[in-house]
Amino acid sequence: MGGRDTTLVLLDENGIRCDGRKVDEPRRIMIKAGGLKNADGSAYIEFGDNKILVGVFGPRDVHPKHMSNTDTGILRVRYHMEPFSVTERKNPAPSRREIEISKVIKEALEPAVMLDKFPRTAVDVYIEVLQADGGTRCAALSAASVALADAGIPMRDMVAACAAGKAADTIILDVNNEEDQAGQADMPIGYMPSLEKITLLQLDGILTPAEYKKCVETGIHGCKIVYELQKKALTEKYFGNGEK
Amino acid sequence: MENKRKYVIPGDVITTGPYRPEQNVILDGNKIISTAIGISEIYDDSIKVIPLTGKYIPKIDDLVIGKVVSHTSLSWELDINSCYVGFLPAQDVFGRDFSAHADELSSKLKSGDLVAARIANFDRTRDPLVTIADRDLGKIDSGHLVKISPSKVPRLIGKRGTMIQTIEMATGAAITIGQNGWVVVSCETPEGLLKAKKAIQMVDEKAHIANLTDQVKEMLESKDES
Repeated sequence: MGGRDTTLVLLDENGIRCDGRKVDEPRRIMIKAGGLKNADGSAYIEFGDNKILVGVFGPRDVHPKHMSNTDTGILRVRYHMEPFSVTERKNPAPSRREIEISKVIKEALEPAVMLDKFPRTAVDVYIEVLQADGGTRCAALSAASVALADAGIPMRDMVAACAAGKAADTIILDVNNEEDQAGQADMPIGYMPSLEKITLLQLDGILTPAEYKKCVETGIHGCKIVYELQKKALTEKYFGNGEK
Repeated sequence: MENKRKYVIPGDVITTGPYRPEQNVILDGNKIISTAIGISEIYDDSIKVIPLTGKYIPKIDDLVIGKVVSHTSLSWELDINSCYVGFLPAQDVFGRDFSAHADELSSKLKSGDLVAARIANFDRTRDPLVTIADRDLGKIDSGHLVKISPSKVPRLIGKRGTMIQTIEMATGAAITIGQNGWVVVSCETPEGLLKAKKAIQMVDEKAHIANLTDQVKEMLESKDES
């Protein structure tokens, strides 16, 4: 991702970050439910400069058959980055990183979806990253949960996700690409707001126990902001301007 | 009753207290949480959410419209717009004395044929078993197929069938509604057919709006004049 900018100031003396945000301010987030006609459910998210499209199919027949489970439905997630999503062309073949993120997102969604009602079926989630700018796994997870709700998959709760991190010795909310590269820690969090449960927690970097605690709290605060927007997106699609 | 209805999305706490959770709700401690996008309804002792999206899940005794996709020497397979295929055994059509050698299944139902069928049996372990051995069931020879979201079928029928009666009376069409969201409309006049189809699609799009019956009625009547 280009050379590292050595003159980059992550946090200036007024507490303003390199992209003009305050320490506890997330990027501009826009979520839209629906939009794809052929998928059973879909969502589009703009999370700062991240642009991600998610399509959900299912529940449907499992192919290959041997993957099916007679006790429950299965969840399959594919996270994929477009060749044009980053500055230098990305090989469209699934990379080690994409396989990992697919697995992580799948495991973050599993506590929320109730697939035991659909034995011998599969729910497929296809995530396409059109443009990446740090924090795609959180943005993708948030959008995937909106798309699953749009598809009518029964869910215990929505999963909202947001990252927190540490840059210039300060705990910050919603780490962007520059802060991820030059910062000290990055912690993506997936959270079920009504059940108050964490479904995804990763940490890349070193934090003291006190910083860790603060980081989790900051991340959950971010998730709640995302959750309100997820709610708004679904309400807009299904209940229009909110009559009644 | 009306003021107890609420729009909900998955994870929304509908209420707390000693209620019996029914459709699309779960109990977490004493909180009652919705698991679907829809409209919540609170009755005296129970709570349910009427979903606005989602696939059709077969239920015993449901009337469904199915499309024949293939057959073996012993049974047909029907696409019933669900995550499972409908299984229609040959005995059901040919009777007890069906023999796999003598009877050719494609002589009765071919791939692509539409049938009105009833779910005879369904559980978690097997694909739904359907039957066409009953009055009003069997192959559908004429009519137009309209596909709507299965979750909106109750809205199309309306309270005690008011909505569907309104449409049938205004257009003179005969409408067969499958619980799986497939609807067959047949009508002697092409105008009536078009109008009935339009009304059905209108219900599909505006299912969440209150007093939809009046709006549909208005639409059907306004077209009469033009």
